[in-house]
Amino acid sequence: MSTSLKQPKPVETRENVVILFAGDSGDGIQLTGSQFTDTNALFGNDVSTFPNFPAEIRAPQGTLAGVSGYQLHFGSVEIFTPGDQCDVLVVMNAAALKANLGKVKKGGTIIANSDGFDKKNLRLAGYIDEADPLTDGSLANFHLHSVDVTKLTRTALEGTTLGMKEKDRCKNMFVLGFINWMYSRENALTEGFLRKKFIKKPEVLEANMKALVAGYNYGETSETFTTRFEVKAAPMPKGTYRSITGNQGTALGLIAGAQKAKLDLFYGSYPITPASDILHELSRHKNFGVITFQAEDEIAAISSAIGASYGGAIGITASSGPGIALKTEAMGLAFMLEIPLVIVNVQRGGPSTGLPTRTEQADLWQAVHGRNGEAPIPVIAASTPIDCFEMAFEAVQIAVEHMTPVILLTDGYIANGSEPWRFPASKDLPEIKPPYIKEPNDGDKFLPYQRDERGVRPWALPGQPGLQHRIGGIEKQDKTGNISYDPLNHEKMVRLRAEKVAKIADRYKPIRLDSGPSEGELLILGWGSTYGAIRTAALQLQQEGYSVAHVHIRHLFPFNKGLGPLLKKYKKVLIPEMNSGQLRQMLRAEFLVDAQGLNKIQGMPFTSEEIRAGALQLLKA
Amino acid sequence: MSTTNGISAIPAQGRNDKIDFSSDQEIRWCPGCGDYSILKQVQTLLEQSGKKKEDVVFISGIGCSSRFPYYLDTYGLHGIHGRAPAIVSGLRSVRPELSVWMITGDGDALSIGGNHIIHLLRRNVDVNVLLFNNEIYGLTKGQYSPTSPEGAVTRSTPMGSTDHPFNPLALVKGADGTFIARSMDRDPKHMREVLARADAHRGTSLVEIYQNCNVFNDGAFEVFTEKANKPGHTLFVEHGKPLTFANGTKGICIKEMKPRIIDIGPDFSPNDCWIHDERDNFKASILVRLFDDPRFEGAMPRPFGVFYVNDRPTHEEKLQAQVKKAKEVKGPGDLDALLKGEHTWTIGSIDQLRHRRRTLAARRSFPEWKATFPWQRAWEEMCAPSHVEH
Repeated sequence: MSTSLKQPKPVETRENVVILFAGDSGDGIQLTGSQFTDTNALFGNDVSTFPNFPAEIRAPQGTLAGVSGYQLHFGSVEIFTPGDQCDVLVVMNAAALKANLGKVKKGGTIIANSDGFDKKNLRLAGYIDEADPLTDGSLANFHLHSVDVTKLTRTALEGTTLGMKEKDRCKNMFVLGFINWMYSRENALTEGFLRKKFIKKPEVLEANMKALVAGYNYGETSETFTTRFEVKAAPMPKGTYRSITGNQGTALGLIAGAQKAKLDLFYGSYPITPASDILHELSRHKNFGVITFQAEDEIAAISSAIGASYGGAIGITASSGPGIALKTEAMGLAFMLEIPLVIVNVQRGGPSTGLPTRTEQADLWQAVHGRNGEAPIPVIAASTPIDCFEMAFEAVQIAVEHMTPVILLTDGYIANGSEPWRFPASKDLPEIKPPYIKEPNDGDKFLPYQRDERGVRPWALPGQPGLQHRIGGIEKQDKTGNISYDPLNHEKMVRLRAEKVAKIADRYKPIRLDSGPSEGELLILGWGSTYGAIRTAALQLQQEGYSVAHVHIRHLFPFNKGLGPLLKKYKKVLIPEMNSGQLRQMLRAEFLVDAQGLNKIQGMPFTSEEIRAGALQLLKA
Repeated sequence: MSTTNGISAIPAQGRNDKIDFSSDQEIRWCPGCGDYSILKQVQTLLEQSGKKKEDVVFISGIGCSSRFPYYLDTYGLHGIHGRAPAIVSGLRSVRPELSVWMITGDGDALSIGGNHIIHLLRRNVDVNVLLFNNEIYGLTKGQYSPTSPEGAVTRSTPMGSTDHPFNPLALVKGADGTFIARSMDRDPKHMREVLARADAHRGTSLVEIYQNCNVFNDGAFEVFTEKANKPGHTLFVEHGKPLTFANGTKGICIKEMKPRIIDIGPDFSPNDCWIHDERDNFKASILVRLFDDPRFEGAMPRPFGVFYVNDRPTHEEKLQAQVKKAKEVKGPGDLDALLKGEHTWTIGSIDQLRHRRRTLAARRSFPEWKATFPWQRAWEEMCAPSHVEH
């Protein structure tokens, strides 16, 4: 070759890139993806990610069922979603290619580990007659790079004492090193990560470091790759950033809320996908007065949190749909006791066990209605990983200041997804004020259910003299809290409790548009994790000249004030949801508005193109 | 004095500044219910204990017994069916200084709450559990319970129960309970002594109390509680004393690893009997198994008293120790440091971007990898020399 080998390879600039890493669930794909994400975020890109993995820890190797994926969208422009279609697909085996080929743009790049395309892998992936897509010309519409990652990694690790299996486990680091080279990124962050992770296993550390550097250098030396790319830092607001996943955000928001309320935090939880990472994160921060309690079951998880709140801590529990179902009786108890409690539901595909590792928004009705008797509980929802922090903080705030259980909905999509976060300073977070009481409120008697103007009862803690009282799930007399079966008292209490929860809307900011005109043809209304896809679609439609506005609601029960009038200002209302139309039905019932649904129930998030197409269809109808 | 060991610490008379622990609520148990007796003994014990009313918390589940908290002028939480152990675990985790009592029944603790009670016991949460066993569901009006004997005819088992019942204290022993005791509503003095011991124990103290439901299961424990039968069918155990019963005429010894009844007299003296040792883990396992149906000839007497005591650390001590240690090692929580995390970057600093570009450029021309990594040799063999950058 006569090309100028002594020159560095040319670097092309890209505004944004969507890359999807895919392989067997044991291939270390999630680690590769998250490390590349952190590296880009640290560089200054805006990022959005979508990890997508099978429910089985080690699903059958080489099969479509066992494919694990990690999609990352990074750019020098603002990024709202993990991207609809991929510029680059990195696959470790045939199944990963087969499962994800449809997501690659025409003319996109495919980097394939050729070792994962032997006859066995082709057969397991279901390629007819074991036809190898890497060689049969079927990928002619793409830039295909076939690299024997396994062999290169093994060669790089020659001379180390590791066995072949352990060497092969470093393949993901080779790939990461190579991708770092391809996108002009340094290995430094991952090297630091590896040093920490394998501090007690120097041989494994050395092997991983070598594979990482080998992958990087492979990019430099391999003739196949003639160009590298650069994605410049995004023009993001000035400030200091970190990367955060939704579950981390939730955990930090809960701790921040407890700190601002000067309360110890008790977290009762039973492991469940995709909520367990909240438990893992919280258990690392005991120096904040955090107690984590891995309960014997979901019922004990919430009941122990109720016990802790009764004792004067902020009791918190989290789960996903099936676990939340088990907690509903105890939610009713917390509602009757009128004590602070936060219940986080990291939603996944349902019903029953459903799709544990997939995402869905189908637990909204469960949250709003899912209890015996009339037991309204405030329901709020986070729309992005960062928003998980803010809404978790707000959940603690509402629970403590209004003496009520609060349900926070997130979902698997934002819980595992990450984005750059310009984190707040603690002094900028509001103080949270529990409604403590110091002495009896009725002469020398204490009335535990004497309410203030917001309908909130005082919080008397065991140990406070003169305030001894008994509470329970059984219907109670107004003010005294003693057992009462009086018919009129019951009706009064049901109404008082409902009024108290309705008044929480007074503290919410009035509803505000996310983008678009304040009246017009179409309003797209969303909640939860559809935010990024809807925002992207709405901005695009507005650029294209359509009269389209976007509003995203975070308070689902009670609603923000002003929502009803806002809905009436548009000729049409479209509600995209990852369910069959739960919010739509709630809005129709509440505001008598003929809202239309755009519903996707596939365990997968919307693409912005799907939202745009749905909006156009309704506009033209 | 036929007392349980260690009881002498309790003053025979109430203190002068006696506090009244009864609440202003009307008690709504059926007249003649065994619960009255238990309430009375608990009130008396609390009044004599010198505890402050505000430092005492009663937690209950659902059932007749679970109304108990309403009748005491302490803090109280009437929970949901079977979940009192979980509520207790959360409360104790954050408030280890309180005196916490849990009131439960055979249905509440052993049926719907069976899972919670075993985990409470294995964790050893510091709480006094009073398990009112009446071998029947009272509040729901007379269905069989998990302690009803096989064949029990109740409203839900007109042809007799087909279920084998739990032996509650064997279950407690199996879950590694650290304080295991049994008493009965008809022996208030014994009950008060056992409850005092339970209160003094740090950890989960479980006291099974035979309680008569005079409406749905009257006389279930008559054979143990009525004067005529009591001596021959009950065995009151005391630490360090031989296991004798039937007014000292009979005893229990262990022969070939099995308990046997012996007649005290010319052949055997009390010294030949099993000497009760509350700290003996293995003997306690045998003691809880003295659970014969008293209707049968040659049945072993049913033991009452404190079976077993173990001083392993409580759950909340260990939790709080971790919090304390974390604070010592990491310092008290710094919220700003937590929010900042481990890796940050700053937007708006040009210098930093320049620095990054410089290091990137340096990396590109970094030559040492060739010498360091053997894969390079293989690569060079695989590729034409011109493919390699020099």
